[in-house]
Amino acid sequence: MSAVIDHGHAGHDHHGPAKGLMRWVLTTNHKDIGTMYLWFSFAMFLLGGSMAMVIRAELFQPGLQIVQPEFFNQMTTMHGLIMVFGAVMPAFVGLANWMIPLMIGAPDMALPRMNNFSFWLLPAAFTLLVSTLFMEGGGPNFGWTFYAPLSTTYAPESVTFFIFAIHLMGISSIMGAINVIATILNLRAPGMTLMKMPLFAWTWLITAFLLIAVMPVLAGCVTMMLMDVHFGTSFFNAAGGGDPVLFQHVFWFFGHPEVYIMILPAFGAISSIIPAFSRKPLFGYTSMVYATASIAFLSFIVWAHHMFTVGIPITGELFFMYATMLIAVPTGVKVFNWVTTMWRGSLTFEAPMLFAVAFVILFTIGGFSGLMLAIAPADFQYHDTYFVVAHFHYVLVPGAIFGIFASAYYWLPKWTGHMYDETLARLHFWMSFIGMNLAFFPMHFLGLAGMPRRIPDYNLQFADFNMVSSIGAFTFGVTQLLFLFIVIKCIRGGKPAPAKPWDGADGLEWTVPSPAPYHTFSTPPEVK
Amino acid sequence: MGILLWLAFTTPTRAEWTVNMAPGATDVSHAVFDLHMTIFWICAVIGVLVFGVMFWSMLVHRRSTGQEAAHFHESTTVEILWTAVPFIILVLMAIPATKTLIDIYDPSESELDVQITGYQWKWHYKYLGQDVEFFSNLATPREQIDNRAPKGEHYLLEVDEPLVVPVGTKVRFLITAADVIHSWWVPSLAVKKDAIPGFVNEAWTRIDKPGIYRGQCTELCGKDHGFMPVVVEAKSKEDFTAWLAERKQAAAAERELTSKEWSMEELMARGEKAYNTTCAACHQPDGTGLPPMFPALKGSPIATGPVQGHIDIVVNGKPGTAMAAFGKQLSEVDLAAIITYERNAFGNKVGDMVTPKDILAFKQAQE
Repeated sequence: MSAVIDHGHAGHDHHGPAKGLMRWVLTTNHKDIGTMYLWFSFAMFLLGGSMAMVIRAELFQPGLQIVQPEFFNQMTTMHGLIMVFGAVMPAFVGLANWMIPLMIGAPDMALPRMNNFSFWLLPAAFTLLVSTLFMEGGGPNFGWTFYAPLSTTYAPESVTFFIFAIHLMGISSIMGAINVIATILNLRAPGMTLMKMPLFAWTWLITAFLLIAVMPVLAGCVTMMLMDVHFGTSFFNAAGGGDPVLFQHVFWFFGHPEVYIMILPAFGAISSIIPAFSRKPLFGYTSMVYATASIAFLSFIVWAHHMFTVGIPITGELFFMYATMLIAVPTGVKVFNWVTTMWRGSLTFEAPMLFAVAFVILFTIGGFSGLMLAIAPADFQYHDTYFVVAHFHYVLVPGAIFGIFASAYYWLPKWTGHMYDETLARLHFWMSFIGMNLAFFPMHFLGLAGMPRRIPDYNLQFADFNMVSSIGAFTFGVTQLLFLFIVIKCIRGGKPAPAKPWDGADGLEWTVPSPAPYHTFSTPPEVK
Repeated sequence: MGILLWLAFTTPTRAEWTVNMAPGATDVSHAVFDLHMTIFWICAVIGVLVFGVMFWSMLVHRRSTGQEAAHFHESTTVEILWTAVPFIILVLMAIPATKTLIDIYDPSESELDVQITGYQWKWHYKYLGQDVEFFSNLATPREQIDNRAPKGEHYLLEVDEPLVVPVGTKVRFLITAADVIHSWWVPSLAVKKDAIPGFVNEAWTRIDKPGIYRGQCTELCGKDHGFMPVVVEAKSKEDFTAWLAERKQAAAAERELTSKEWSMEELMARGEKAYNTTCAACHQPDGTGLPPMFPALKGSPIATGPVQGHIDIVVNGKPGTAMAAFGKQLSEVDLAAIITYERNAFGNKVGDMVTPKDILAFKQAQE
């Protein structure tokens, strides 16, 4: 009898993926779920990107040509929401799902069923969110920061669907974060101490704690909106004794850590990629860990720098200015460590390295404009202008998005078992690099010259740079279809990838064959 | 990138290719501009150093040049150094920043107080204690926005009635809003303050030279956020005093109009003008609205129904919707003219007429 049971178990341990659609619906495999997260985020990237194309097409020339202001506002709002919650965050969760178990020698994520659920909440949430565009009165039109009372008393009726969608995304993120923490703290291979983990695992561990800390704050924020809209409360309504500024405090207490949620995992991936292509160990591993933790801590005490113009007392302005400036210190440490890692290395520039180097340079430019924005008196001039748009696109596009591209090219051989087409990948890099800089660099000038953000039409003095910016944006947008082509080509065939396709790479993920088998590390590896 | 930046900031450029902030027209705006440039140059120098090292590495330390990788990977001394040095630079940046901020928060008494109220999508200016107040609406014609006429130099940055202030005088702004959050910004004055419903924010300026200074609303406030400019006209003290006296007289004359006997034609003519300034942004010039947020007036039950209901919604608004209470925003004459116009335009043919006296009676009955 026992032999039969043993046989059953053995069969269960070694089965491959189920066949057909149900494989994806019911899967609890970290690789399947990681793949689904990545495809979902890419689909959202294209959707949010096409909305950006609508925005840039309208701004190509002064005057109203293509869309009316009410639809323009829906586009800016949905572009922001979809890129933040649909493209960047799920992409990093996808990378975490695929890579963290492989990096720490775990057989799977610690909570596989919850993993499945946290993914499948996302398509539901975004179907709900996108469906508002087809409702009477249109979708959310109050900006991705949805300041009350524009998003409560003055909102279109679809705001309720928006609130529910945000709740679902929040639940999904919290479950994803719990899973990452449980996996890293419980499933590391013997000998894999915390300070031996790859930085990607470290930055994700810290990101996961940020998520658990702030997603409930966002949920509270939208719940208060729901109460104001439907149940007659006045959290954000001054006429009823509430305070519209309270909304901003609560939102940015979530919102500022959120921007680090979108960048820390990229820091981690870049910290694997730069050493691999410099053929030299990462410089200052320990200080990288401490710097990440410091950034995470500081992210909780700087939120009001988004609110320098709401009328806070001078002591408040000074505190938030100083605290924000301090972030430059640990961020600087990270940049210096990456540069020193490259110093006297033996560098080659395959696609992952190209994206990684561009990441360091362009993210640093975004960091400089961030430091300028931290200076409260100067921020009175920059606030809510295109200078801010330039700043956060410099940290998010070459920061988060280039980080994701670098990771994708770095690990594609491991995922698919094939090498991607290097020539096309370099073309993808250069087109993205040129398009992105052409799109976002002129925005600094527009902001300094006085163009406010979120406007569908502008004075003639802003016309030239807007046209340049739109051309850059279209270039960047079209180039991403090339990325889709490269990935599909890589999945369907190409030069077979060895277990370790990059000679300078280091880490447990390169000890398993390429493509990584459906089940890996069923027996934990020994880490010395 | 550092070189590119340097080029961008030093090459003489045509006005359309403005790449930097303007120094502005007040002491505060000059201080802010200097601060901006100081921080910019510090960032530029750091950028050149860091990227210089990086590019050196990328050019020289390549495998293709036969470079063997070194193996060093930590140095506590270096880590402490590049934590401490940036910290000191930040302290050096914080000193002028703090000084400028303290100057901006100067609490000394002002000589003129103006209350600024943001509305969807216009500004209201009230000279406190002077009995002068007015709305400031976008003056750019619709044809220019819809590309049916060539755009003027001040496209979208022009208003019917600018805020007029005297030069060499400390003017205090008390900024608030009637509906959603707006933000009042004039770059040349370096004044940007959010206008928040239910709260009053303070800002001030002292302009040196007479002139016209233009800005825009900088907080997303709904559909026409991009179409509510701010224009400030600074006049010499004498001109300002004369202007203020003239405005006071005009306000008195306006009040007298309430008791005048109005004809249907006069009300319709005035109504059309006032409707296009105040109502057309939402309800559209042809009265078809933008449902469901902004209902059509053409054939609507209110505009074609009992007159009391129509007066009520215009005077008191409809809580919980975008329909504001116009009772305190507009004069009795304009209210009467708009209501008369709405009942008899866009194919509505109620045929009745509302006079300023009717509005006055309605308001008094409410009190």
